[in-house]
Amino acid sequence: MTDAKLRGSGPVLDVRGLTIALPSGSDRREAVSGASFSVKRGEILCLVGESGSGKSVIAQAVMGLLPDTLPVTGGEIVLEGENVAHAGRERLRELRATRMSMIFQEPMTALNPVMTCGDQIDEVLREHTQLTPEQRRDRILAIVREVALPEPERIIASYPHQLSGGQRQRIMIAMALVLEPALLIADEPTTALDVTTQAQILTLIQDLQQRHGMGVLFITHDFGVVAEIAHRVAVLRLGKLVELGEKDAVLKRPQHAYTKMLIGAVPSLQTHGRAAEGASEPVLRTVGLCKTYYDRGWFGRRREVHAAQDVSIEIRRGQTLGIVGESGSGKSTVARCIIRLIDPTAGEILLHGQDIARMSAAELRPLRRRVQIVFQDPYRSLNPRRTVLEAIIEGPVNYGVRRDKAIERARQLMDLVRMDPASLNRYPHQFSGGQRQRICIARALAQEPELLIADEAVSALDVSVQAQVLDLLEDIRNRLNLAMLFITHDLRVAAQVCDYVAVMSQGRIVEHGPAGQVFGAPRHEYTRALFAAAPGRDFAFGSA
Amino acid sequence: MLNFIARRILATVPVLAIVAVLVFLLLRLTPGDPAAILAGDAASADQIARIRISLGLDQPIIVQFGIWIGHLVTGDLGESFYYKIQVADLIAQRLEPTLSLATLTILFSVLVSVPLGVIAAWRFGGWFDRALMGFSVMGFSIPVFVLAYILIWIVSLKLGWLPVQGYKRIADGFWPYLQHLILPSITLSVIFIALIARVTRASVLESLGEDYIRTARAKGLRESQVLIRHALANAAVPIVTVIGIGIALLIGGVVVTESVYAIPGLGRLTVDAVLARDFPTIQGVILFFSLVYVGVNLLVDLSYVFLDPRIRY
Amino acid sequence: MPAAQSKASELETLSVEAADIRVTESAWQRVRKNWSVRIGGAALALLLLIAVSAPWLGTVDPTLFDAASRDLVPGQRGEITTLDGEIIKHKFWFGSDSYGRDIYSRVMYGARVSLTVAVLAALLSLAFGIVCGLSAGYLRWLDGILMRFMDGLMAIPAILIAIALVAMWRGSLTTVIIAIAIPEIPRVTRLVRSLVLSIREEPYVEAAVALGTPTWKIMFGHILPNTIAPLVVQGTYICAAAILVEAILSFLGVGLPPDIPTWGNIMAEGRPQFNQYPHNIFIPGVFLAITVLAVNILGDGLRDTLDPKMAKRV
Repeated sequence: MTDAKLRGSGPVLDVRGLTIALPSGSDRREAVSGASFSVKRGEILCLVGESGSGKSVIAQAVMGLLPDTLPVTGGEIVLEGENVAHAGRERLRELRATRMSMIFQEPMTALNPVMTCGDQIDEVLREHTQLTPEQRRDRILAIVREVALPEPERIIASYPHQLSGGQRQRIMIAMALVLEPALLIADEPTTALDVTTQAQILTLIQDLQQRHGMGVLFITHDFGVVAEIAHRVAVLRLGKLVELGEKDAVLKRPQHAYTKMLIGAVPSLQTHGRAAEGASEPVLRTVGLCKTYYDRGWFGRRREVHAAQDVSIEIRRGQTLGIVGESGSGKSTVARCIIRLIDPTAGEILLHGQDIARMSAAELRPLRRRVQIVFQDPYRSLNPRRTVLEAIIEGPVNYGVRRDKAIERARQLMDLVRMDPASLNRYPHQFSGGQRQRICIARALAQEPELLIADEAVSALDVSVQAQVLDLLEDIRNRLNLAMLFITHDLRVAAQVCDYVAVMSQGRIVEHGPAGQVFGAPRHEYTRALFAAAPGRDFAFGSA
Repeated sequence: MLNFIARRILATVPVLAIVAVLVFLLLRLTPGDPAAILAGDAASADQIARIRISLGLDQPIIVQFGIWIGHLVTGDLGESFYYKIQVADLIAQRLEPTLSLATLTILFSVLVSVPLGVIAAWRFGGWFDRALMGFSVMGFSIPVFVLAYILIWIVSLKLGWLPVQGYKRIADGFWPYLQHLILPSITLSVIFIALIARVTRASVLESLGEDYIRTARAKGLRESQVLIRHALANAAVPIVTVIGIGIALLIGGVVVTESVYAIPGLGRLTVDAVLARDFPTIQGVILFFSLVYVGVNLLVDLSYVFLDPRIRY
Repeated sequence: MPAAQSKASELETLSVEAADIRVTESAWQRVRKNWSVRIGGAALALLLLIAVSAPWLGTVDPTLFDAASRDLVPGQRGEITTLDGEIIKHKFWFGSDSYGRDIYSRVMYGARVSLTVAVLAALLSLAFGIVCGLSAGYLRWLDGILMRFMDGLMAIPAILIAIALVAMWRGSLTTVIIAIAIPEIPRVTRLVRSLVLSIREEPYVEAAVALGTPTWKIMFGHILPNTIAPLVVQGTYICAAAILVEAILSFLGVGLPPDIPTWGNIMAEGRPQFNQYPHNIFIPGVFLAITVLAVNILGDGLRDTLDPKMAKRV
């Protein structure tokens, strides 16, 4: 009786003073320290934090999925009136999928690759219900229809790799909701998706949440997503809840300094509106650049993949050209062709009017130093066996600069990227991601390039660190009067740093022009769709 | 599908061709006159000359190879110097014991090692895991023939449970047949169990770290379901692969085991042929074993299609 | 500019990003702390000491035989006549074989053969494997041919290659080492090639290309150093395999000539009389097993510390 009553009224999830210990030797003692919040029926609570804030740990604690190395040492997790913080294995197993469900970040890897999607949903029903095979099949088809997947019959017979990322995430959602749980935990469910797919999945989650009246605990690092979907917001920093409140209150009038800093670091979708001066000669131009991959089959079956088609861009000193696009649009292919890591199939790459597209390695060598690149992954961009100093002086020494001169220059560069020159003799693993990215910038600058390519260079970084690195890049570009090619999937970042923008889709540039113009009045259909999908586009952060 | 199988079979042709070349060169690259080596130390110049002509060693090497390959594709492996019969017939005669031993060993090893590996991965770092890893290092380290003698000494000589040596054909009755195979199979299985258990453990451990395992647990599945339907099913490809690679190890083991247990199989034939410098037989046996290895690995390759739907054909 | 600076510093003080400080030890420090490395290394050091100092461990010439001291059981006393005709009183710790040779001396000297074969076969196959693997990984035109050749070599079971080669060339230390090393080359080649192919895709190698670093410098400065750890581990396992194969060759009577003291030869010599004198097989067998075990334990320890990625794989 009381059970039913509790289910009817109180919050779906009530977390009180939750504390979770970290193994000894970690950088702090607790993964989560005394976090308290609740998720009401029919509400979406966003749990926001940077990497290492403990937000995913909380999600796993609720599901009872924490490894033994992360024990709950204090507090309660009350699910529909029942404290599950120390519930037994069997009880937790019964509750999962029936009363609480979870969806994850990577739809690519979260589904079992060797089992059909239908079987994976069926497993839930077989485990938790006594339905007959026919009844189960009906339920599966019904839920697959509900998550708006086309051709349900075909979809449930498919393996995950035969579906797109968005479709896989829909299967995950179907699997999570097939038994109508009261609580859905979504752990960064759209982070790995392209922006247009992300928008669709967010809408789907909102729809389902309203239709079923579930409570949703939505974990994200992206304030755009928060603005889009949240009713209330909880901000987590180093395992402590620093701010909790209604969405508008937190996003527009943040109280805690950390929340203010985070929100301040969110790049605006408004362009900076700086006047773009187009007088100088272009440093680099591409004319009709193409890159085609051939997939050679055994018996002459050839598949062609046009990674980049007819790409023509130009970049001038002191200017930033952004190439914006979703994954697979060919934006990185263009960057890699320009720096000649891969050979273009056709077209010209004119560096100060000289075509480098088909130069041999030997001809190219003297020109290499004039174009440099910073990659996305700060953890793999530096040779783990070489010190920072060796990394930075490698380029100059290649071009005959004397070692002591190169070292002197490395010290100045460390200053320039706002790092301590005393740490030059350390190894990459002793630095954080943001610091490594600064080192990579210093390494590129040591060559005194005219053009710096940043290939998703801030995409792997937390928003606050991202803001620092963006700031640094802008500062350097101005000081050294560099030309910059900025490759990104993130519209907000592009709006902040670019003077000119080229939007790519399926290997082609569909629209390009001054940033203000493209962002302000997009002409191409795809660009408009892309901007419309940007989460939180109409939301003014910290503006009241 | 048929296209895929055809392509896979075609892909083994260059490998087999290279094997044939290597086996051929094995005999010809010997320092000194092969005919003299074949004839033995006590042979007269006349005998050596006769051998040279009978083997066609007086012809240019390319011609020799052509003749040899010509015979090979018709299944003619030549005549054994020592046994004076066709090598192909010799291999056929000796096949039953070796095939029995290998089959029994593989069956036994797989049945034992896969569950052990799965449990060790599930209880990673626990006492069972450490015990299994300890056993597996020892299994890799103890030489097959030392293990064979230890087992003979304990089981046959001290306890008298099983025959010391020898072989009974399956036609002589199933029980005697099996009795003579138990010890050799166990001997041979130890290293195989060590290998497969280790790979099973490692690959199950790897799939246990994957996101879909978290999903399976979040679905409220039983741990046994998570382990078998999700972790083991995804670990199948490396496990089957190592069984295929292990065939080479098994063949090496067969050579030694058959010698110790006096089983008249292909392994024993290999050693006898080497000691008798019976080159056609050596070549024939090596070719045969290589063919088996390539064939088994072809089957392993084909099995991937059923084990992992992502592998396209 | 000052505005930007102050904004940046404000961000930096509030930012919570921490350096990855877990891996502060160097690889060598981790290796030295690892118990598998310590145990395996200590056992091998002891065996190496035995091999080097065999003449001073109370041994006699391991090839001397004396009809008067045949088939002694371990611990029995007897005498042995040297080549000069001198008669020495000798205690046969491990007994004697059917020619009256002292098994203790033969076992001690046998360590020399096992360790020499292990180290040289491993070095030889690593050297060839590295050259072939680097070539296949870097020279695309060579890759197809070279790897098909290696596939073919791999298809012939290692022991059969070794047996056949030694049988052709007659057993000597050199031929045994070469015969053992050859079948290992394809495995090393494949390992090096796959390492090269994966490392050259790493952004830090691409960055080096963009920095104008010449190809040979990239190969030796960036790629090769990052293959050393897995190669050390692989080399250790080759040592273990080489010791086993050498013993098998000797045991089957197709390896080193029977008068040379190797553990396999001692066991081969003990085969006919196994029923009465099992120690002839068990004593060298134990030494053999312990040596291989020590190498394997060392290898596992090195793998866990030097090559954590591979430790996950197997």
